[in-house]
Amino acid sequence: MIGSPDVVAFTKEDDFGDSFLDPLSLPEEFSVPLFTHTANANPWTKTSYAKFSKDFILISEFSEQVGPQPLLTIPNDPKVCGTFDLNYFSLRIMSVDYQASFVGHPPGSNYPKLNFVEDSKVVLGDSKEGAFAYVHHLTLYDLEARGFVRPFCMAYISADERKIMQQFQELSSEFSKASEILKSGNRKAFANELEKKLKDLEYTRSVLHKEEEQQKMNNGCYSTQAIEKANELANMEKSIYEHKDLLRQITSYPFRKKRGMDFVQCEADTSVSDDTQKSNDSKTADKTVESESDSRKSSYTPQLIKAKSAKCFDKRLKTLEELCDTSYFHQTLEQLNVIEKSFRGDLCSIYTSQIDRALLSKQRVTSFLFESECDWEDEGTSKNFNITSNNPTIPILNLSGEPLSLDSYTTCIDVDHIKPGVESVEGPPESSTSDITQEASEAADTETKGSLSSDKSIEALGGVSPSSLHYFDGLERKCKVSVASSFENTSHSIAVPRWSSDGNLVPMDAACCIGQDGFVFEEPSPELAEECCGDTVVNQEPLSLFQGDPALQVNYILEESALAESPNTMGLTFSDLNTCVLSEDVAKINIEDASDSTSFMSASTSSDRAVSPFTYGSALTLKQKKKAGHSALRFIRQYPFAQQAIFCLLSGRTLVILGVDEGTVRKLVNALFVFVPNLGKYGETIQPWLTTPFQLTDLQRWKLIGLQRAASPTGSSILHSLNRYSRYIGILDCDNKTLRCPPYRGTLISHLADHRTQIKRGSTYFLHVQGMLTQLTAKAFLYTFCHHIHLPMDINDQGSVTSRRTNFLLQLGYTVEESKIVQYLSELIKQHYIQGSSKWVNQSFCFNYSTSYLYKI
Amino acid sequence: MLRWILGGREAQGTVEKSAALFIGEEQPKNCFTEMQVLKGHFDIVRFLVQIDDLRFASAGDDGLVLIWNVETGECLLELRGHTQQITAMTSYTFIRGGNAHTALITASSDRTLSLWDPDSGNRVQNISDLQSSVKCLLVLDRLNVWLSGGNELCVWNRDFELQCKMVHHSDAGISAMVELPKNFIAAAMDKEIVIFKLNMSGSDIAVMAMRHLADHHDTIHSLININDGLFASGSHIGELIIWDSVDWTIQAYELILWEEPAGESQSEVRLTHQKQIERSIQHMSSDGEFIVAAVGSGLYVYNVLMKSVVAYRKMAHDSNVLHTMLQEDGHLMSCSEDGSVRMWELQDLPLPAEPASSGFFGMFGTFGRSSKQSCPPAKKIPEVPGLRSLELTGDLIGHSGAVQMFLSFKEKGLVTCSTDHLLIVWKDGELQSQLRSLAVFQKLEENQEL
Repeated sequence: MIGSPDVVAFTKEDDFGDSFLDPLSLPEEFSVPLFTHTANANPWTKTSYAKFSKDFILISEFSEQVGPQPLLTIPNDPKVCGTFDLNYFSLRIMSVDYQASFVGHPPGSNYPKLNFVEDSKVVLGDSKEGAFAYVHHLTLYDLEARGFVRPFCMAYISADERKIMQQFQELSSEFSKASEILKSGNRKAFANELEKKLKDLEYTRSVLHKEEEQQKMNNGCYSTQAIEKANELANMEKSIYEHKDLLRQITSYPFRKKRGMDFVQCEADTSVSDDTQKSNDSKTADKTVESESDSRKSSYTPQLIKAKSAKCFDKRLKTLEELCDTSYFHQTLEQLNVIEKSFRGDLCSIYTSQIDRALLSKQRVTSFLFESECDWEDEGTSKNFNITSNNPTIPILNLSGEPLSLDSYTTCIDVDHIKPGVESVEGPPESSTSDITQEASEAADTETKGSLSSDKSIEALGGVSPSSLHYFDGLERKCKVSVASSFENTSHSIAVPRWSSDGNLVPMDAACCIGQDGFVFEEPSPELAEECCGDTVVNQEPLSLFQGDPALQVNYILEESALAESPNTMGLTFSDLNTCVLSEDVAKINIEDASDSTSFMSASTSSDRAVSPFTYGSALTLKQKKKAGHSALRFIRQYPFAQQAIFCLLSGRTLVILGVDEGTVRKLVNALFVFVPNLGKYGETIQPWLTTPFQLTDLQRWKLIGLQRAASPTGSSILHSLNRYSRYIGILDCDNKTLRCPPYRGTLISHLADHRTQIKRGSTYFLHVQGMLTQLTAKAFLYTFCHHIHLPMDINDQGSVTSRRTNFLLQLGYTVEESKIVQYLSELIKQHYIQGSSKWVNQSFCFNYSTSYLYKI
Repeated sequence: MLRWILGGREAQGTVEKSAALFIGEEQPKNCFTEMQVLKGHFDIVRFLVQIDDLRFASAGDDGLVLIWNVETGECLLELRGHTQQITAMTSYTFIRGGNAHTALITASSDRTLSLWDPDSGNRVQNISDLQSSVKCLLVLDRLNVWLSGGNELCVWNRDFELQCKMVHHSDAGISAMVELPKNFIAAAMDKEIVIFKLNMSGSDIAVMAMRHLADHHDTIHSLININDGLFASGSHIGELIIWDSVDWTIQAYELILWEEPAGESQSEVRLTHQKQIERSIQHMSSDGEFIVAAVGSGLYVYNVLMKSVVAYRKMAHDSNVLHTMLQEDGHLMSCSEDGSVRMWELQDLPLPAEPASSGFFGMFGTFGRSSKQSCPPAKKIPEVPGLRSLELTGDLIGHSGAVQMFLSFKEKGLVTCSTDHLLIVWKDGELQSQLRSLAVFQKLEENQEL
């Protein structure tokens, strides 16, 4: 195939070198891939023949009564689908042979066994309809259904094939989340149903028992009726036993699977590893067959039972909402809505926002200042989860900027307290888009399990370098995920420079890297690996580099240079690692990034991926902020002292906007809040309208206050507090159009807030402000983390530190006032870094003593 | 300022605080550029006691004793037990197992005395059957006993066993005590200073009154030790007496008479209010050489060795000064009912005849002009050689009620407590910023992100 590993390796090697020759160019992973000039030059023609106006999500079921049928679409608007034939498309997507292993009798067991089946994820295209879909198959349990299962699928349908292909990972992870919610709700509902059924059965049994007694009494023990009854009773007993067993299985599921994780998502990948464990026993195929045939048998079992109620003969099938708990159902819909929203729009804009987020995630230390707050907490946990599940790891490379050898690097990434997951294997993205055909995707459709075969199908699809995927049988242990790159047929592996405990970059001891010279053909035991690593590197997890022993290692081959160079990857790779040295979870970020760079091709991800950062509530905030840009622009044009007011905010001096009219005050607050550092996720540092006197502690909490001027007694006490704390605040009187605050001298804010600005649009101005503030933040970051200006030369060196700090800021070209801004931002960064984002409990309140002046229009 | 907010256009720059002085917002000598508000009390906080380099205790009218960390501002412990306001609190250091332990003794209006362990928060000892509430506490480290003063004087050993007791039948009771050499104690009881002697015979301790010093003409509010040989007392009408610690004779007698206003019409309202309280010596502090006395709303610095006034400022605050502190190199601090803490510096007057602070001396003139004849001559500047001026170097505004007391932790900061139920730790912002930087780099190192 085109992308045979040898060829790729060579080209990558060259490109790899090039990328280091030009450190100034935009890192590849931040660039938006150019539109591929294939046949048609017009990028919009492709979508023109689609029969629907925009992307939507379709949920279909393969009903045992009527066959494939569409259930609902998101958004639930008939206009969206247009003339698109949902029924036909449902048929298409459901006709994929979805090999869920059904309930069956496993060999050696007489009772039906629930197989917790992995979802399958495929890409499907219909060029006639102009529709391409990411299709996520799942099964739900239904006691009344054939085989206890109801196959469903969720499909993300788009006219843009590239979008589906390139966002496959993201789609997959998001849909997996929705699916997990649905499935856990279903398990709950199924368990309830079983319990009810059991009660019915037991009741029936008691009735039968009575009847049997009666028969015996009437007709004697050996009458045909009595024997019939006894048989019936025995059947009933069996049925009860089976149902009890089912109930046990379904209820024990979460506990068995979760392993201490509290989120449903983790269920999936564990089950996968279980499955794959089986596959490692190379019995998967048989098993599937067996379980299938079993399932057919067992599917008749319930019908033999004459329960008290006639419910089981009622052939009205449950709706999706009935199948799972209502709250879960709505949660799922919510998630699907989120998906729909986050994948809305052109691929290009999705890329841009992904880059945006990727960049933001590197600025964890400072992003709280002016960026819209993201849910880092959630992010963090999900990233942990992410590591656990299935992400290809990426080498962490030379952070010191030392020249790199062109040999491949191997990395060991600590994955503590985690079990190994199944890795989805990627191919070079170049091969991804163009040569995907419907046949190919359908070939991929056959892929249902995260097993070895998945790789092959990918390879078949796009000429992916073959990757071996093995599982590490270390559920109780920490997992060592090692990535070894292979060039040509031998693998040249050298150690990755890593942080040692003393903070320096040291190369791994050669003992850890058996493949130093490139020939890793031995199959040393993992114990040995652990030992040798444990001796040499203290605080790190051992690095294991063994290519062999498929049963024990998660050891897949990754063309990391391909990653670095691939135009489609979102991953953040080598060069930019330098920039995130200071971020808190370097390794995690990189893993996350790496996962982004996984191929959008892989037709089967066998387990859930973590939350990709699409679902922030920040979108609204951003919108508000952009709107605020307009108000800010007006404020700047209207008030000549706008710069002083902005200086107040940026230097951390609380700005009080005093006025009679609430609307006016709120408008001004709205105009100014974009300049408040550390705004908080919900704008906690702002009080848009206050009618009571403020306290000292309020000045610490709020940096922008809208205050009512009133002629009442409270009004006078408000004025009293204003007067008393005047040294800590700036006062913008919007009735008299005056501002009382310290003076500002400098050019920074005049660039930020030039009243003669040519910018007309609010959102443009907002971006301008954002850009300026980002520059400022960068300076504050530099100032905060510059060693030599903060650390005393010796113990009695406090004075020189002060002067070094001041000089540093002067050298950056800041005036005294601008230095105050940078210092304030720096203090915020420090506090944020030391305490973490959440705990601002007893924070100090910094101020300085400087004379205020009164500014008038 | 206020007028400006109310809409006055010409008000900018005028000095509204015509009463005392107004330093303005530019305070280059004021290093306290960071504050931390400590919440925890539910009533007036009156007492602050330092436990060690890091910790201090606060107590007040809510009966709570809180232990704080001055660096982090964290409330370490809440000592609950007293049902009524706390009237006195002191630290008590003793040696146990070779280590010095610091405990807290508190006295409350609920007529209990308690010993607390500030490490565990346990109430180690408690005495609840007192006949009257205790107003002051004095620990005699040398004798390993401590005294409680109120309507009765009790001597306790370190195990909280009553050693002896002396009951007085006066209404006032003991309001303050100081330790004198040779096991003598001076106690202020209304207008008298009573000298007690502790007789140690083996393990028995007896206390007896030796002498009554009745030279004050009004209630004594303040009694302090100056050095080994001298102690000082101040009364409600502005009498400051320096006593010899050994033979209890008067070494110096100063009657601080701020100029009596002769009923000037324009300022009558304010001055009649101040008339009754303005000379009361509320608090004194000393470094062995100088005494600073809080006299009404003014400050008075006296050199004990020279027996002369060093500096004074009649209107140092807008209201009564409640606590003062002398620091090294002529710096002092005062806090007042007006809710502010002010920092002062003793400065030499540039010219003997020229007042350095026009603000103050201008005021002086205003009040003194019509009443020159009634003024004590000692108060005239040209006539006192070596007189220095008290220059305001900064003020701390934060509390919304009277600042009851403050406690200095040197470079770690200054703690103030107030009627508004709050404590504020004032810190040197620059120093804190540097410390935070160090903390950041330490954390970076820990996380191996350097």
